[in-house]
Amino acid sequence: MSDTHAQTVAYVRETMLPEQAPPSTAAGPIRWMRDNLFSSVMNTVLTLLSVYFLWVVLSLVLPWVWYGSWTASSLRECREVVSDLGLAHGAACWSVIGERYLQLIYGFYPDELYWRANLAFILMIVALAPVLYPNLPRKILWFSALYPFLAFWLLWGGTLWTPVVAVAGFVLAYFAFEILNRAAGSLVGVIAAILVPVIWWLLLAGPVANGLAAVIPLAMEPVESAKFGGFMLSIIIGVTGIVMSLPLGILLALGRQSDLMIVKAICVGFIEFIRGVPLITLLFVASTLLNYFLPPGTTFDIILRVIIMVTLFASAYMAEVVRGGLAALPTGQYEAADALGLDYWKATRLITMPQALKISIPGIVSTFIGLFKDTTLVSIIGLLDPIGLTANIRADSNWNGIVWELYGFIALIFFIFCFSMSRYSMYLERKLKTGH
Amino acid sequence: MSQIATDREIDRSKMAVSDEVAIQINKMNKWYGAFHVLRDIDMTVQRGERIVIAGPSGSGKSTLIRCINRLEEHQKGDIIVDGIELTSDLKNIDKIRREVGMCFQHFNLFPHLTILENCTLAPMWVRKTPKKEAEEIAMHFLEKVKIPEQADKYPGQLSGGQQQRVAIARSLCMKPRIMLFDEPTSALDPEMIKEVLDTMVELAEEGMTMLCVTHEMGFAKQVANRVIFMDAGQIVEQNEPEEFFNNPKSERTKLFLSQILGH
Repeated sequence: MSDTHAQTVAYVRETMLPEQAPPSTAAGPIRWMRDNLFSSVMNTVLTLLSVYFLWVVLSLVLPWVWYGSWTASSLRECREVVSDLGLAHGAACWSVIGERYLQLIYGFYPDELYWRANLAFILMIVALAPVLYPNLPRKILWFSALYPFLAFWLLWGGTLWTPVVAVAGFVLAYFAFEILNRAAGSLVGVIAAILVPVIWWLLLAGPVANGLAAVIPLAMEPVESAKFGGFMLSIIIGVTGIVMSLPLGILLALGRQSDLMIVKAICVGFIEFIRGVPLITLLFVASTLLNYFLPPGTTFDIILRVIIMVTLFASAYMAEVVRGGLAALPTGQYEAADALGLDYWKATRLITMPQALKISIPGIVSTFIGLFKDTTLVSIIGLLDPIGLTANIRADSNWNGIVWELYGFIALIFFIFCFSMSRYSMYLERKLKTGH
Repeated sequence: MSQIATDREIDRSKMAVSDEVAIQINKMNKWYGAFHVLRDIDMTVQRGERIVIAGPSGSGKSTLIRCINRLEEHQKGDIIVDGIELTSDLKNIDKIRREVGMCFQHFNLFPHLTILENCTLAPMWVRKTPKKEAEEIAMHFLEKVKIPEQADKYPGQLSGGQQQRVAIARSLCMKPRIMLFDEPTSALDPEMIKEVLDTMVELAEEGMTMLCVTHEMGFAKQVANRVIFMDAGQIVEQNEPEEFFNNPKSERTKLFLSQILGH
């Protein structure tokens, strides 16, 4: 500040200035356009060029979409109908979608059992709702926890006892941990909680399920995995992968930051190996190589194998995203949690992980979206996801040669799913913002 | 440098020191890699004592109090807190941390939890206090630090001074027997220092055992019954505040005091 005035002019403010409303500027669409589209010569040129570009693209695409035929029963018939319209670039043959949309959704799932797939889908929304929106009653979470087993039974059918004994494994794990944690410490408890259910699933669960099925036969018509396909298959693989890769990724991220040398080495090795290998390779391993390693005669469901590979693949990326979030936390947060006497797991669960996850939301959702889109790669190992089905549909002599309409429709459905995930993540970020 | 931290009358008669030992440190040494940060620290803290630890930056004063609740690990010597020896035994560390509260220079409140949740978290999860009771305790201490009306806000919405008072309340909710303060006013604007010091003075008057690393010499004169001066990882001089400020013995102390009180 210049000191000439300060020395010559004494000044004391007697009344503080009141707060005033900001000056009202001309608002409305014209003002907005001047600010955003025509603020300078360069900007005006760019605006006009962009408008021209949009006009060229849309004038070609929109008539093609809009005047497309919904009635033709084959590609040849469609071409005739469309050429009568006299459009320079032809029009779409949407009738292929009308004819094959059930197949694109359900694959070769028996059509009298569509209700089971539909019910599983509706219940999935019910199960996901309390996870996505914390305002809903917490008790629905019990349904969310049981839903995977219920969905398995609905989709694949067979005896009810298979999912029941699978759930029983988790219940056993819980009791093993509770009892041994008190009697012999948490490490023994954790080991027991892993060993007991594994022994149960591998050795006892099968005979117990068979025994129970013999006594009380509760079963639905089974559907084999080869009949699964279409968006149903994409959603099964995608949603299971998403739901399982997040917790697995969190554990891997924690393991990578652990002080325990062996745990750390295993996690780093796993993450780096999986990230260094293309997903396609893992899928080929799942579809062909795995059979050589398993004992002869074992049947290990192909969809299950693919889900495991996709989950492992996504969890390695997830681990790095979550580790980024953990690294971004100030050390003061860890110290404050320690100083209050919280142990490692409580501090992680209550203090560090919620904050790390909040920081990593954009990265986590990107990984989810990537995973969901990567499910289309299963077409390469012969599973009939929507992309796999396009080849199938083209094999029909009526539709031989159709490309754009099918891929366009599949792209649209994928876009709807991925865009909703992206919007949800933005909603979540806004909701979790606790600063100013 | 503020000479007088607060303008309130202090009743020193209330601040009795008992014979009971709260913290006993014998020949404690610590290294960061090859760097010898703390050298042969010997120190006894009686219950009810208010100790101010002063010294130039890098002298090891923060490291010393961070060793007391094991935020830093010492390599040689013993630290006995509340009768429990600090070793690598996790159970002992947890026991000690339950009895020792700590306030940090940067408050370290949990930004994703409300003020009330910040205060109830440790009592609920560490002491297993029922939620309702924990909330009553939290409101009691928030009233004590004079911000009960902010209970439902998030830390990011409070001023620095308010955040530090919440941090003090959060520690007090665990009903600690010893409080450690690691430069609690260093990150605050001058206008906010007083409100935090007032809270600390009040705490001292209630007989809390306190160890404060601080540059607030006014606070030291007012409430401390011992000032410890550290330099180069060692305790150089310790004395009652009056003697310490008016008649420092060591040349190093004299230099330090002339630098921080001189202007």
